[in-house]
Amino acid sequence: MSVLELRDVNVFYGDFQALFSLSLTIEEGQTFAVIGANGAGKSTMLKTVAGVLRPRSGHVLFEGETVDHVSAHDRVSMGISLVPEGRRVFPSLTVEENLLIGAYRGREGDWDLESVYELFPLLKPLSKRQSASLSGGEQQALAIGRALMSNPRLVLLDEVSLGLAPVVIKRIYEAMEELPGRGTTILVVEQDVQHVLTVADHVACFLEGRISLQGTPGELSPDDITAAYFGI
Amino acid sequence: MNWVNIVLQGILLGGLYALFAVGLALVFGVMRMVNLAHGDLGILAAFIALALVQSAHLPLLWASLLTIALMFGIGYVLQRGLLNFTLGSDDTRPIVVTFGLSIIIQNGLLLGFSADSRGLDAGAIENASIHISNQLAIGWYPLLVFIAAVAVIAALQLFLNRTKLGRAFRATSDDREAAELMGIDNRHIYALAMAVALVTVSIGGIALAIRTTFDPSTGPFNLIFAFEAVIMGGMGSVWGTLLGGIVLGVAQVLGAQVFGAGWGILCGHAVFLLVLALRPSGFFARTVTT
Amino acid sequence: MSASPGLDAGDREAASKGPSIPAFRVARSKRMHVYVLIASVIIVGVLASVPLWSQLSTSSNLITLFELVVLAQMWNLLGGFAGLVSVGQQAYIGIGAYGLWLLADEFHVHPFIALAGAATLAALVALPIAPLLFRLRGGYFAIGTWVFAEIMRIIVSNIQATGGGSGTTIMSVASIPFKTRIHGTYWIGLAAAVGSILIVYFLLRSKIGLGLTAIRDNELAAQSSGVNLFRSKLIVFVIAAFGCGAMGAVLGLQLLFIQPASSFSVNWTAFAIFMVVIGGFGSIEGPLIGALIFFVLQQTLSQQGSTYVLLLGAIAVVMATVAPRGIWGWVVARWDLHLFPVRRGLVMESPPERAGPAAPSEAAAASDAS
Repeated sequence: MSVLELRDVNVFYGDFQALFSLSLTIEEGQTFAVIGANGAGKSTMLKTVAGVLRPRSGHVLFEGETVDHVSAHDRVSMGISLVPEGRRVFPSLTVEENLLIGAYRGREGDWDLESVYELFPLLKPLSKRQSASLSGGEQQALAIGRALMSNPRLVLLDEVSLGLAPVVIKRIYEAMEELPGRGTTILVVEQDVQHVLTVADHVACFLEGRISLQGTPGELSPDDITAAYFGI
Repeated sequence: MNWVNIVLQGILLGGLYALFAVGLALVFGVMRMVNLAHGDLGILAAFIALALVQSAHLPLLWASLLTIALMFGIGYVLQRGLLNFTLGSDDTRPIVVTFGLSIIIQNGLLLGFSADSRGLDAGAIENASIHISNQLAIGWYPLLVFIAAVAVIAALQLFLNRTKLGRAFRATSDDREAAELMGIDNRHIYALAMAVALVTVSIGGIALAIRTTFDPSTGPFNLIFAFEAVIMGGMGSVWGTLLGGIVLGVAQVLGAQVFGAGWGILCGHAVFLLVLALRPSGFFARTVTT
Repeated sequence: MSASPGLDAGDREAASKGPSIPAFRVARSKRMHVYVLIASVIIVGVLASVPLWSQLSTSSNLITLFELVVLAQMWNLLGGFAGLVSVGQQAYIGIGAYGLWLLADEFHVHPFIALAGAATLAALVALPIAPLLFRLRGGYFAIGTWVFAEIMRIIVSNIQATGGGSGTTIMSVASIPFKTRIHGTYWIGLAAAVGSILIVYFLLRSKIGLGLTAIRDNELAAQSSGVNLFRSKLIVFVIAAFGCGAMGAVLGLQLLFIQPASSFSVNWTAFAIFMVVIGGFGSIEGPLIGALIFFVLQQTLSQQGSTYVLLLGAIAVVMATVAPRGIWGWVVARWDLHLFPVRRGLVMESPPERAGPAAPSEAAAASDAS
């Protein structure tokens, strides 16, 4: 039984169709990367999995169950957690409060304040600071830590490297590498192909709402990827 | 005339206004909605308490507690059952709907209770005063109301800062979509916020009803005073509403003293306009934008 | 009527040479609008003639309809078009009524002329107050307008000269012969109603109107596009005050006796909201329909008691929650009908290249701004 399955999912923004009969399967423990240009539908797919968007047709299955009618906040209880595009930390809350909010649903698991601080040591000295005053990289670490606090089975990461310095991106990806060891499945969406391919064991490339290429990093050549990315 | 006495009276009156204001501020803080029926709901509470005292012959304290509990429920259902559906990108709908609600409540009360002025009787405490010195005396009752206001605000602040639910309120206020991603059900949080707001405004309504007379048309006045206190106190600050209430109370009382009884309220309005003109973000504006 | 800014014949020709872009022009009116215009002129003509052939009571009743039309149009101008929901327009209604008294009784201007002065007075009062109120947003702005109405009510109630809280009779109006007063007020009322529609119509067709729609949809985007937010809002606010002031003055002419409690009553806002919610926000047709419906309700039910107002409130609440576009909104959604040519659309010069109907087609491709 796969952790996540999308079956013929069609998603619209009003009259505009963003995803066309999308089908995807992700197995437990995988680090699955979705790459593609801006507007290819990657974030749309993540939001559909998280429950922020609903497909007009098609199904989203989580651990074998259809979750089409489950609201976003209930999906957190089920074990899906989204690190949204743009970080979206709560500006008036402190770092620690942000993390605690991540545990709102009280799911059992290994992740708690201590373990998150272990993963991102840079956050510990900032724990009492208002998150609005953090740098981009610190906010990103916080957003990921916050998502982990819900002890998810499936973590969705939306463009975590956007706007961050390479050094920071490197640290974030290093942290990401530790996650599969803890039984967490990762679905990561990125425009930055280089970094994500170092951690992913599966890759899918999106182009205008459809999958243009799929496989493992080993099988796919840089030329294949470039072609699929730009639709050449 | 003893000015210190007068200013003290104004400060204590500010406590009553703060009780009305804090709920308005809370609802705006959590869901960016201004409830135009806020004052009327406070008066509704006063009428419910009155009915419980007069018809069910409950002692005032029990009637009040029961009323407050009832208003909590009414607030939850009102928000979840009606007002949640008016929220969205369109700013005008909640205003129109809550205004309609205000009309409904006022006229419903008129039909049920008539336009006669009423009062709640709390006994001797209403007129007892503390004599601090030869020239300085403050009423027991206004002092109690002020202390109640401080207690309510302190409790609310504690709730927001130290509890899990309070944190959820603040998170929802900051970014409601991100809050959903944390597993927070917005509809529920909004309904709770309205319920808490109605608890505070009920306390205010009952306090007002004991202190002075009220009738179905009193609601809008309380809304206006609450609003002025919130704006002067700076939106986003719960303690600020106390300060705003105090400024308003003092302005009204001083105005009545200097210009005559009919002009006190107008003086309050004038000070409000002045603060709006000079310092539109109020006294305690939140520095972190939400 | 065509308006094609920046598109000269050369552009159009070039555009039509491409494989799939038919020649077009940007225009506002369709053939139907000409019929609407003719029909409107006829209707206004008929209305103008009413005092000549019907009973005085009919004329007297219709004055109320005209007042309602003005109120609905002005409230909708603020709330439906500019996104400024006011629950305090009664401030200007009261200023209009008392302004009439002031100019007619104290300054001995003929009441029919004093009306213009009273409306101007309302506009002048609105001018300095608007910048203050604009510091508030949304619901707080609404309450702010209410506060100002309250301030006006208290001030007028406390001035002895105006009769204080008990009110006053406008003597100079009372001294006009009954029939003359009714007829005169009728025509003035009709002019005010037609005027209010025309003001809104021309305002919307102007640059300010376009800016207003932009502001209503997205203030930040509008501002960064160069729309002068403050000026547009100010103009609209002052015009709405002028309109409500005129309405208040007509009210004074009609009723003779004015009182702070009723001239400055928040019930006027309740009526305005009811009319616009039922009829439909953000169009000219909507408030017109709402005013008609409300007028008929008033005439047939003729109760003014609490049950009646409560029912109004309940209907408004339900409509605003469930059908926020109102009756006219439903009409627009169903038939895409626009009686007043305010929006710009694309008019095809010739049929599109691919096979289609032989007659030139008019495509209204105006972006849906509501």
